[in-house]
Amino acid sequence: MKNVRRTGLRALIIAVLIGPVLLGVAQTLSAAFGWLPALGERTIGLAPWRTLLDQPGLATSVQLTLWTGISATVIGFALAFGLVASLHGRAMGRSLMPWLAPFLAAPHAAIAIGLAFVLAPSGWLLRLLAAPLDLTHPPAWALVGDPLGIGLILGLLVKEVPFLALIMTASLSHLPVRRWLIQARSLGYTPAATWLRVVLPMMWPQIRLPTLIVLSYALSNVDMALILGPANPPVLAVTVLRAYTAPELSSLLTAGAGAALQAIGVLITFAGVWAFERLIGVIGRTRLRRGRRGRLSGVALGLAQALNPILLGMASAAIAALAVWSVTWRWSWPKPLPEQLSMAAWQQPGDSWIGPLGHSLLFAGVTTALALMLAIAWLETEQRRGASLLAGILYLPLLLPQIGFLPGLQFGFLQLGIGPGLLAVGWAHLLFVFPYVLLVLVGPWRGYDPLLSRQAASLGAGPLRRLFRVKLPVLLAPVLAAGAIGVAVSIAQYLPTLIMGGGRINTLTTEAVSLASGADRRITAVYAILQMLIPVAAYGIAIIAPMLRGRRHRLLREPRYATGD
Amino acid sequence: MPLAIDSLAIQAPGDAPLFAPVTLSVDAGTVTTVMGPSGVGKTTLLHAIAGHLPAGFELTGHVTLNGRPLNGLPAEQRRIGMMFQEAGLFPHLSVGDNLAFGLHATVRGRRARSQAVDRALAAAGLEGMGERDPATLSGGQRARAALMQSLLAEPEAILLDEPFSRLDQALRTGIRTFVLDHIRARSIPALLVTHDPADAEAAGGPVIPLGEVAAANT
Repeated sequence: MKNVRRTGLRALIIAVLIGPVLLGVAQTLSAAFGWLPALGERTIGLAPWRTLLDQPGLATSVQLTLWTGISATVIGFALAFGLVASLHGRAMGRSLMPWLAPFLAAPHAAIAIGLAFVLAPSGWLLRLLAAPLDLTHPPAWALVGDPLGIGLILGLLVKEVPFLALIMTASLSHLPVRRWLIQARSLGYTPAATWLRVVLPMMWPQIRLPTLIVLSYALSNVDMALILGPANPPVLAVTVLRAYTAPELSSLLTAGAGAALQAIGVLITFAGVWAFERLIGVIGRTRLRRGRRGRLSGVALGLAQALNPILLGMASAAIAALAVWSVTWRWSWPKPLPEQLSMAAWQQPGDSWIGPLGHSLLFAGVTTALALMLAIAWLETEQRRGASLLAGILYLPLLLPQIGFLPGLQFGFLQLGIGPGLLAVGWAHLLFVFPYVLLVLVGPWRGYDPLLSRQAASLGAGPLRRLFRVKLPVLLAPVLAAGAIGVAVSIAQYLPTLIMGGGRINTLTTEAVSLASGADRRITAVYAILQMLIPVAAYGIAIIAPMLRGRRHRLLREPRYATGD
Repeated sequence: MPLAIDSLAIQAPGDAPLFAPVTLSVDAGTVTTVMGPSGVGKTTLLHAIAGHLPAGFELTGHVTLNGRPLNGLPAEQRRIGMMFQEAGLFPHLSVGDNLAFGLHATVRGRRARSQAVDRALAAAGLEGMGERDPATLSGGQRARAALMQSLLAEPEAILLDEPFSRLDQALRTGIRTFVLDHIRARSIPALLVTHDPADAEAAGGPVIPLGEVAAANT
């Protein structure tokens, strides 16, 4: 009986979270081949593909997508690894989280807007350089919307490096890094060579999934590409979104084909990662057998470490630019600072930010609470240790490009009688909030000492009491961290809100992205700041609350996170 | 003297010195034993000599190896091998690749290198086990492979951190003889820390007690 209940619960979780993805994929694929009965399209064939491939600039779009997505992921991985390696064993490395939190918490759109304020021709960077370089006009070149997508790559890096660094740090807590460093150094290898030859191969299996998530996101994000990426032609995901929102109904079929192309592209790069992993394995072993002590490793890792402060400086400048612009009244070029400050942008009458703020808070609160409940239910009903294929499928929404199944999902929901609106948007948010929450909780749940629960049981506590009075309080810190990430993920959602809300539900994010294309910088900055404050507050609580409690309960401070051993 | 340690003392961050200053020297081909109660800082002493002290630890005194002053030199340039309590082989490499990882880079050429690895495997009684996963080796086999990994790097001295304490009583004597004989055959200085008097006796070299600061002052 108990087993039936358990299986039923797990099946329900999968149905709620993966069902919509499969529905969306199916609808997208059928639209790609001309079948969209909801709109009276019933001609199966390759016509949508032909229309898609005939679009001017499609080849450039695809190239641009692959170039920006792959380079952002590769560079981001290298920078994060350099950061983790350089901070390991140092006092600062132990408290990495509070330093990275603002960048982890900041929604993609807010970071992109802030970066645009810094890097645009009339941006802060060139204002500061105007005097020394003797510029009289903003230059014609810029890193925003540049044809090579450099601005987009920078934006992606600001978000990816903190995420990957956090994931890498978490994986290190299970590895005896200090012992390996001692052993390899006593054999003559430099620390950098040891990180690349020993730590990286041991770490990789644990960070492969998050890396693929980052890769998929970098290849298919829409909000950052809209703000920082080139416009004509844009990356593929933006092309698909344009087709999807175009007035002619037939372009929905083209959008379906584009979405399928996007998904295929992501899957091909995944295959590339797989092949690259094998190749590195073979090459690495051959090189390792040669026994060179790796002087170049130091140079490679040193380069990665040197770039991190630049990225950090740029990210901080982006956030500062948002704050400054939101209270600016007059700021003419090339003044390095505003001439006149004012709170006017915060007090705009009429369509103010209150409504979108309410929507954002509603979605973040409800989906995070639901995701926490479902994730804890999922972990509590887990029977065997270790990852199963079934568990892997829960990350599907993060591995597939959003644009690849959300348009299809909207039609699927329509057929089920769920129109564009709060329910559809909330459900879509949950698809992305849940896997991130689960990703954070899996490690702590597996590391939980079952003796505690057994002892509670021997004292007469039933299953629920054991969970609520012992396990959850002990695991409060990771639960709060998961909640904070849940809030950040929900607040940041652009495409799900736009598509599942049929364009009628406004959150801070949808407003910020649409304002970013040319509206008043001051108003845009207000939305971006608000959008950032909510997750930053959530992260603040997640970091500070366990610290306050840790003062009274010293055993709760996890020693293995302190020593790295 | 090949390995000379002159009034070495270590202080943990914000703490009193770990042990009374140590002065000792070890001849080539000799295994000197440092004995002391657990927690006195035997492992930290070895880490200090080999250059692995964690950031924040303060070291006073001098260490020289074959006339080279080692103070301030990074660990990887000191040419001091280590052998640990839990025989450390890298889990992502086969046994043979673990040895190849240790083998000094001056041995050039794929053939020469794989022959050197095979010879070391044979010397450790591990013929034909080069392809094996280190996890499939017994504790004794792993200890012998770990010693070979250290020696293939051609260290000028070797430090042994209770390398026999985790082994079964039945295996211990055999492995100990194997390790000590190989080290003596290399004629390099070796320093063994242990709390087992039988280890010290087998080592056959001088035995130096490592005492707490207060005890040393009386």
